[in-house]
Amino acid sequence: MESQSRVTTALTSQVGRKILTGVTGVLLVFFVIGHLLGNLQLLDPDPNLFNSYGKKLHDFGLLLYIVEVALALLILIHAVIGISIFAKKLKARKGGYKGVGVKEGGMGKQSLASRTMIITGVVLLIFLVVHILQFRFGPAADMMIDGEKALDLHGLVMSTFANIWWVLFYVGVMLLIGFHLRHGIWSMLQSLGMMKPRWSKGIHGAALVIGLLLAVGFLLLPVIIYLRQA
Amino acid sequence: MKLHLKVWRQNGPHEEGKLVPYQVEANPHMSFLEMMDVLNEQLIKAGEDPVEFDHDCREGICGSCNMVINGVPHGPLKGTATCQLHMRHYKDGDTVVVEPWRAEAFPVIRDLVVDRAAFDRIIAAGGYVSVDTGSAPDANAIPIEKNKAEMAFDYATCIGCGACVAACPNASASLFTASKIAHLSLLPQGNAERKTRVLRMVEQMEKEGFGDCSNHGACEAACPKEIPIDAIAIMRREYVKAALS
Repeated sequence: MESQSRVTTALTSQVGRKILTGVTGVLLVFFVIGHLLGNLQLLDPDPNLFNSYGKKLHDFGLLLYIVEVALALLILIHAVIGISIFAKKLKARKGGYKGVGVKEGGMGKQSLASRTMIITGVVLLIFLVVHILQFRFGPAADMMIDGEKALDLHGLVMSTFANIWWVLFYVGVMLLIGFHLRHGIWSMLQSLGMMKPRWSKGIHGAALVIGLLLAVGFLLLPVIIYLRQA
Repeated sequence: MKLHLKVWRQNGPHEEGKLVPYQVEANPHMSFLEMMDVLNEQLIKAGEDPVEFDHDCREGICGSCNMVINGVPHGPLKGTATCQLHMRHYKDGDTVVVEPWRAEAFPVIRDLVVDRAAFDRIIAAGGYVSVDTGSAPDANAIPIEKNKAEMAFDYATCIGCGACVAACPNASASLFTASKIAHLSLLPQGNAERKTRVLRMVEQMEKEGFGDCSNHGACEAACPKEIPIDAIAIMRREYVKAALS
C-alpha cells in the first residue's frame, strides 16, 4: 500500500507528468509511423491491397479492440496531462513582459511549434474524433475478398477525398501534426532523460526532419488521391 | 549617450505597478547597474523615491542583479548577468524597458526586487550534503574522475539568480533545481542523500507554485552561467531511479 502511494506520488509529480507525457508520446509516434506505412497502401490502384490489409487487422478480433482501447488511453493520458500543464502555466505566470528583445545566441529551443503545443494538441484531439467517426465507424460498403466478407475502406477513402474540402481539412491538420511532432519528438526524449550534452542539438534537428517527413507523408495521401480522381 | 528608460515601479507586493518613463544620461563605459545608479541619483536629487533593485557583488557571481531588460532576463548578452552588461551595447536614443522577474512564486517586493525565498526552500528540501564535522579533511582525500569533476562544476556554477524561471514561458524552476541535483549526483559527497534529495526538491519545487517544464530551453538561453538543460534530463533520470528503488 505504501509503495503504491509512492508510485502515484511519483507519477503525478512534475517530473512524473513529463515522463508520462514522454512515454505516451513515444508510443503514439510509433503508432503514427505504423499508421502512415499502412496507409501508403492506399496509393496502389488495386483496392484489394488496402482492403485486405484492413481485413487482416479486423481479423485480430479481440486483440484489435484491446489495442484500440490502449491507444485511446494513451491519447487520453497525453491530452489530460498536456492540458493540466497549460492550466498550471497560466497560474504560475500571470502577466507577461512588456519589453521585447532578443538574446544573443537565440531564445533556446523555443519556436512557434513549442509555444503552440496546446493549440495543435487540442486541434488534433478534435480531429481524431472526426477522423475515427469518418473512417473507423464510417459508412464503408461490404465487399468480398477471395470469397470472404470485408469492408471497402479503400472506396470510402477515395470518395471522401474526392471532396476538395475534406482534402483541405486533412492537409491543414497534417501540417499541425508536423508542428506538434517538431517540438514533441525532441521534447519526449528530453523528458525521458535520454540526453547527453553532445546529442542535444542532433536530436533537436532530427525531430524537425522526422516531424516534417511524417506530416508530408500524411498530407500527400489526400492530395494524390484527389488529383488522381479530378 | 541619452537613454529612454521605462522602469517598472511598484510600491509593494499588493500594490498595482506600472512602467514609468525616465530619461538618463549614461556613458558607454558604465555597467547597466551603474546606469541605474545614475538614474537613482537623479531621482533622489529631484526628491523622488529611487528605483529599488537588488545588487551585491557586481562581478557576475552573486545572482542578485535580476532585471528583465527589453523582455530578456539579464539583457541581450549570452552568459552575462545584468551587472556585467555594459552600456556600450546600447545606442544613443535607445528605449530600454526594465521589469522584474515575473512568476507567481517570485512575488514583487518593490519595483524590481522580487522575493526569491522559494529557491531557498527548494535548497533546504535537499540541496545539501552531510559532512562530518571536526578538523578539515585532507584535500583530494576522495578521488573523483576528472570528467565528472568538470561536469559537476559546470552545474555548480548556478548562482541561483532565477533567470531560468523568469525566461520560462511556464515559470518553471526546473533548471535551477536540476542544476543542484545534477551537481550533487555526480560527486561522491552527494551520495548519502542522493535519493531523498531529488524526490524532496522536486516536491518542494511544485509546492512553491512554479510551472511545469515544457522543454522550451528558454532557461538555458537566459542562464548567465550557460548551464545546459541536460541538467534537467539528469534530474529526470535521478528521479526515476529514486522513485523505482
